[in-house]
Amino acid sequence: MSQFMTVFGVWLGAYFTFSIFSFLYKDNPFYKLAEQIFVGLSAGYWFIYTIYSILIPNLFGKLATDFHGNIMLLIPAVLGVMMLIRLIPKLEWISRYPIALVVGTSVGISMLRYTKSDILSQMTATMINPFAMETTVEMIGSIILILGTVFCIMYFYFSRKQEGILGVTSKIGIWFLMVSFGASFGYTVMARISLLIGRLQFLLGDWLHIIKP
Amino acid sequence: MKRFLPLLITFIVGFIVISSEFIPHKPFNSINAGLENWFMIISGFAIILGQLSLIKVNSSKIINKTQNWQYYLAGMVSFFVMVLCGVLWGTQDAPGLLGNGTLVSSWLGVKPFEYLFNNIYQHLSSTMFALLAFFIASAAYRAFIMRSFESNLLMIAAVIVMLGRTSIGTSFTAWLPQGWRFLHLPNIADFIVSFPTNAAQRAIMISAALGIVGSSLRILLGIERSYLGGGE
Amino acid sequence: MSDKQPPKQIDRRYIFLVLLIGVTIPLIFPLGFKSEVSGLSKQVYKLVEETPANSTVIISFDYDPATVTELQPMAKALIEHAWRKNQKILALALWPQGVQMAEQAFADIIKKYPDKKYGIDYVNLGYKTGGIVTIQAMGRDFKEIFPTDLKGTPYDEIEILKNVRNYNQIGYIMSLSAGDPGLKQYVMAAHDMFKVKVSGGTTAVSTPGFMPYINDQHQLYGLLGGLKGAAEYESLIGVKGTATSGMDAQSIAHILIIIFIIMGNIRAYKMRKL
Repeated sequence: MSQFMTVFGVWLGAYFTFSIFSFLYKDNPFYKLAEQIFVGLSAGYWFIYTIYSILIPNLFGKLATDFHGNIMLLIPAVLGVMMLIRLIPKLEWISRYPIALVVGTSVGISMLRYTKSDILSQMTATMINPFAMETTVEMIGSIILILGTVFCIMYFYFSRKQEGILGVTSKIGIWFLMVSFGASFGYTVMARISLLIGRLQFLLGDWLHIIKP
Repeated sequence: MKRFLPLLITFIVGFIVISSEFIPHKPFNSINAGLENWFMIISGFAIILGQLSLIKVNSSKIINKTQNWQYYLAGMVSFFVMVLCGVLWGTQDAPGLLGNGTLVSSWLGVKPFEYLFNNIYQHLSSTMFALLAFFIASAAYRAFIMRSFESNLLMIAAVIVMLGRTSIGTSFTAWLPQGWRFLHLPNIADFIVSFPTNAAQRAIMISAALGIVGSSLRILLGIERSYLGGGE
Repeated sequence: MSDKQPPKQIDRRYIFLVLLIGVTIPLIFPLGFKSEVSGLSKQVYKLVEETPANSTVIISFDYDPATVTELQPMAKALIEHAWRKNQKILALALWPQGVQMAEQAFADIIKKYPDKKYGIDYVNLGYKTGGIVTIQAMGRDFKEIFPTDLKGTPYDEIEILKNVRNYNQIGYIMSLSAGDPGLKQYVMAAHDMFKVKVSGGTTAVSTPGFMPYINDQHQLYGLLGGLKGAAEYESLIGVKGTATSGMDAQSIAHILIIIFIIMGNIRAYKMRKL
């Protein structure tokens, strides 16, 4: 029985794969049905794993094993319930309190971490000595890196009209941005094609057994 | 009070979090540790809220028999089947209300929750995104037109990276002698990604981080209040 | 007035069909092109290779089935490499689907290493929400965030976790990430706050955005980018996996995209002339 169900499962996967791919021809009921089933299963999956991985071990489990030692956890439990009250339109304002706590925490951490990692560390990383590089290519590349970073940041300065020296450096900054977007496009193509390759590997390998999976 | 108290909570909590970075001693560090744990638990409830909202919205569409209500019904059925399988027989490693579902697992080969994930959800998720491959090919034909110097730069960089990051691109310039290896397509692609692209991405990162710091400060100080939603 | 008709635009369904055929044929009839390994992948390899045996390492599965083609081969290659070096793996996930991805990856690799035992050589700690806040909290106290593993076994009863309290006992963190939360948050919280070595893999879409973290301060120790990165890592450890077998199809697809771009530009040029 389990062998039959395993094979049936592969055929189910193939059916849903073709249901989604049928959208490429035109929108149709198979696609719409598969789309809604995906939404439902996805929501169900998140629901179960939130309960099993977070609420049970980190809240209910701790309260059950050592209630007095973990009594402070009643506060996030109550705040969590207040969050759920958002579903009742008249009592929506009650959910602002847990949201405020969550927003305050994440905003405080974001400010610190982004300042350190994305501003200070990046500025430090740009202050390199290109003439201390081992090869000519690295030296030229490092000069491009320093100039490119400065010119691109100058492009993003919109508080003043971009003319004169600022206009020239901004223009060069745009060129760097265009090269970057081109490279990003190349990588995006690579990513999207990879996803298609994965599906075809499933169809040709696991379903039709034409290739070795 | 309905708006003022949450703003005050945001400010106090944010202040404690930031202070604990510079004063890593009691009480800031212990309060900060508590806030981090509470954050995770409240986020869990927020995720549950999302699922319940989905049920609420879809239910009203089904009850009011809006256009395509049958599909929303299928979505709701899928949701409840998935939840039921998880609650009754548990996930791969955790038991459910009816234990580990040994009998059902013997029929399916795995637990029902795993079966639905492996044979339906996984394929739906992968295929949804695999559609993008076709759309990017169509977009490349229709929209990727060389009109100006800047678009030429974009195109050239894209083509070099697309060729350089594949095995076929490697074979195009594999014949180059050692002294000319800097013109080898993969090396040019690596140069483009490591230097000019890196420079632009770094500038974007710094600029975005400045924006995030600015908006975080506005939220902390109560200037930005959109997260509280509408109403009084 | 010109009598010439503007060039017709090709129905996009023909483009879809050509792409489909172009990608399918190399999968059935491999072309056997060889690819070279980039410096970024070598840095990731070097990090794992130089971490001492019996070190405890973290692999974070921060992706879902949508990106499994690019990231799952990386996960399997990293698990295999870590086990070859006798490193002990803590698997966790910041995305809920990552839990299943981890289970599938371990199930595949353990067939090659049947002597590896759950709880001693590896453990799956499951999914936690909270992103950067949770990563930061892990740096203070692992047990507070993961009171049990995925099976419900208490933290103190798991052999591999006996000496692990926070990031100080971790050799490196590998995050396989498809978006937020993921590798960026590990760089910000785990590396920049707690100085633990961070590396990992991302989808090709995200790769350019992580390049600024490859710097003298080693915010990232190399990066595996997309299917190519996965194929490069497989070749470094001497394994022929799904990533390697997909590279021929990737190459042909890229050539086709370039051809479509050229065709589109020829059509646009003819339109401008008219």
